[in-house]
Amino acid sequence: MNIPAQPMATSSVSVGGGESRVSKAKDKVKMNAENVKVFYGDAQAINGIDLDIYENEVLAFIGPSGCGKSTFLRCLNRMNDTIDICRVEGKITLDHNDIYAPDRDVVLLRAQVGIVFQKPNPFPKSIYENIAYGPRLHGLARRKAELDDIVESSLRRAGLWEEVKDRLDKPGTGLSGGQQQRLCIARTVAVSPDIILMDEPCSALDPIATAKVEQLIDELSESYTIVMVTHNMQQAARVADRTAFFHMGDLVEVDTTDQIFTNPQDQRTHDYITGRFG
Amino acid sequence: MSISIEQRRQHRLMTIEKSLAKRHRKENVFRRLGLMAVITGMTLVAILFASILMRGVPAFWQATFYVDVYFDPEVIELEPKPERESGESQFAFNERYTQWMTRAGLVNWQALIDRAVEDALGEEIEPRQLRDLRALVTSGERYALRDRFVEDPSLLGQTVELKMLASANVDVWIKGNIDRDLPDARQQLSAQTRAWADQLDEQGVIRNAFSTSLFLNTDSRSSLASAGLAGAFMGSLFMMMVVITLSVPLGVSSAIYLEEFAPKNRLTDLIEININNLAAVPSIVFGLLGASIFIGYLRLPLSAPLVGGLVLTLMTLPTIIIATRASLRSIPPSIRQAALGIGASRVQTVFHHVLPLALPGILTGSILGVAQALGETAPLLLIGMNAFVANVPGTPLDQSTALPVQIYLWQGNELRNFFEARTSAAIIVLLGLMLSLNALAIWLRKKFETRW
Repeated sequence: MNIPAQPMATSSVSVGGGESRVSKAKDKVKMNAENVKVFYGDAQAINGIDLDIYENEVLAFIGPSGCGKSTFLRCLNRMNDTIDICRVEGKITLDHNDIYAPDRDVVLLRAQVGIVFQKPNPFPKSIYENIAYGPRLHGLARRKAELDDIVESSLRRAGLWEEVKDRLDKPGTGLSGGQQQRLCIARTVAVSPDIILMDEPCSALDPIATAKVEQLIDELSESYTIVMVTHNMQQAARVADRTAFFHMGDLVEVDTTDQIFTNPQDQRTHDYITGRFG
Repeated sequence: MSISIEQRRQHRLMTIEKSLAKRHRKENVFRRLGLMAVITGMTLVAILFASILMRGVPAFWQATFYVDVYFDPEVIELEPKPERESGESQFAFNERYTQWMTRAGLVNWQALIDRAVEDALGEEIEPRQLRDLRALVTSGERYALRDRFVEDPSLLGQTVELKMLASANVDVWIKGNIDRDLPDARQQLSAQTRAWADQLDEQGVIRNAFSTSLFLNTDSRSSLASAGLAGAFMGSLFMMMVVITLSVPLGVSSAIYLEEFAPKNRLTDLIEININNLAAVPSIVFGLLGASIFIGYLRLPLSAPLVGGLVLTLMTLPTIIIATRASLRSIPPSIRQAALGIGASRVQTVFHHVLPLALPGILTGSILGVAQALGETAPLLLIGMNAFVANVPGTPLDQSTALPVQIYLWQGNELRNFFEARTSAAIIVLLGLMLSLNALAIWLRKKFETRW
């Protein structure tokens, strides 16, 4: 898993079956960001970003540490609201509705735009309760049987069902790191969001667990739009349809993953993916 | 290049080795200092507990007379206890009953006790010796005898073996808490009374029996031997009820609001500083506040457990708020993010996830706060709870005293030989209550603890 010294060959990029989906994905804009600026107190973290996110695509954000990619990701479901000193300017729409509009309910937004964090953070409750919490919260299941169905299908989608079906009442915190992360993905999937945000979902996992999560992302992209932040350029190359390169709070370049890794338009992108900095 | 790499390596190793010896010495010194501090602390606590137990435990047993009392009809000149007759109004009956009770109070109950003790001594007592005789049994027992008869008038004409408390001075004498070689002039009891006490002790008429009066009676000034903790205990209980019902909900909810919902600005900073400062305010200041506001302005009664509870609530609030906030803050932010990320509102996040995890800490903090309030004396002195109250309070508005205040009052009693032990016994009761509260805190912590 070492950083490639040269731009990647086209063949290795298409591992995730990217090309076939890119053409399909271009159809419809799911989310749109217009001149988004983020401030932490007086310091500006994001300097005006414009970006379209298409339905059912996997979009990866790459860039050196502190470039603002996680900050921007957290704007997409307003997780930045929880930070007191954080201020967001500009406009972000989901299905053409402004998500920062004053009458916008952030609870509904987060049910539509789920998030998976860098460090697995299951609730200190049973595996079943971890998954069932979201659907129960939003009243998605009226009867116990319906809830059981949601729990099973979510765990199946996260590829965790076979491993945990006999111990659903055991604490979710007792699972291995990789299993915990897939549990968190299942927890997000259980609410049936349109978009899943992933903030470096594999950075705390070993290579085998990483491979499982990447495969899962690939499968999930059939039904969800996925936006992920990653430090690992190969991971972006493996799973993303499109890749966006961030640098110093700017969105430098966004294009199909093939294009970014083989033929970057900007010198900074070129330098980053060839390992000159970052 | 006069020094070779090998030489430099040797030199480096030697330097580290030399510094190692010094480091180990420092670590050893520190470890020993720590151990000594712990041992000193433990020794002091052990001495404290040993002295309290050694003084206090004997006070749970008291010199008690076991004598046959004859309910002599010639002394008890009373018609039968009135029963309500058919056709009689409640008022008329009450009138009749009160008259009968008044006459029962006028019966010379002391004469029955005198005769019982006289019989136990087996000798004729001359009238001039009556004073010495009456110094044996504590004066409260004649009222106990009256109450016993009023309860069960069929005792008339019967002889019953009764337990009666010896007077405080006899207890002191028999337990050896006063120097037996002191001259008569400096003894509390006359030579005759002392001789009788020794005689009865030998006969087994006076025995060292477990003292229920310590728990069932209220404080007393006329019959010192029967002074008990019942009033103070109930007063403390009422106060704790007030403190728990007010300070825990108020403290926990303000802590939740300040920690989880309040915006972080100048005002909340100011509130935070004030709460921290309030926790450090001397408790007697809260007593002054209570005296001026609750008693002076709101005209609440003096010496009432309600007022005491309110004052202690004010004193406990900052402790509970600080403990609850610390407990909430110790919950990892990842749990909050997880809940928010699924679409839980802030209130749901707090009540479904943060609060259950913080509960053990909140409970421990609250119980320790309440335990602190239980042992508080100073503010109660300022709202009149150090008054002598000879009744068990029935409501939080009745006059009452409290356990720590009772300890304070007893330790100042002039009959030192008797009340030194009594004070220690009261301390043991208070400590027992505190330890059970702390044990409850530990148990709750264990019960609700979740690992993540």
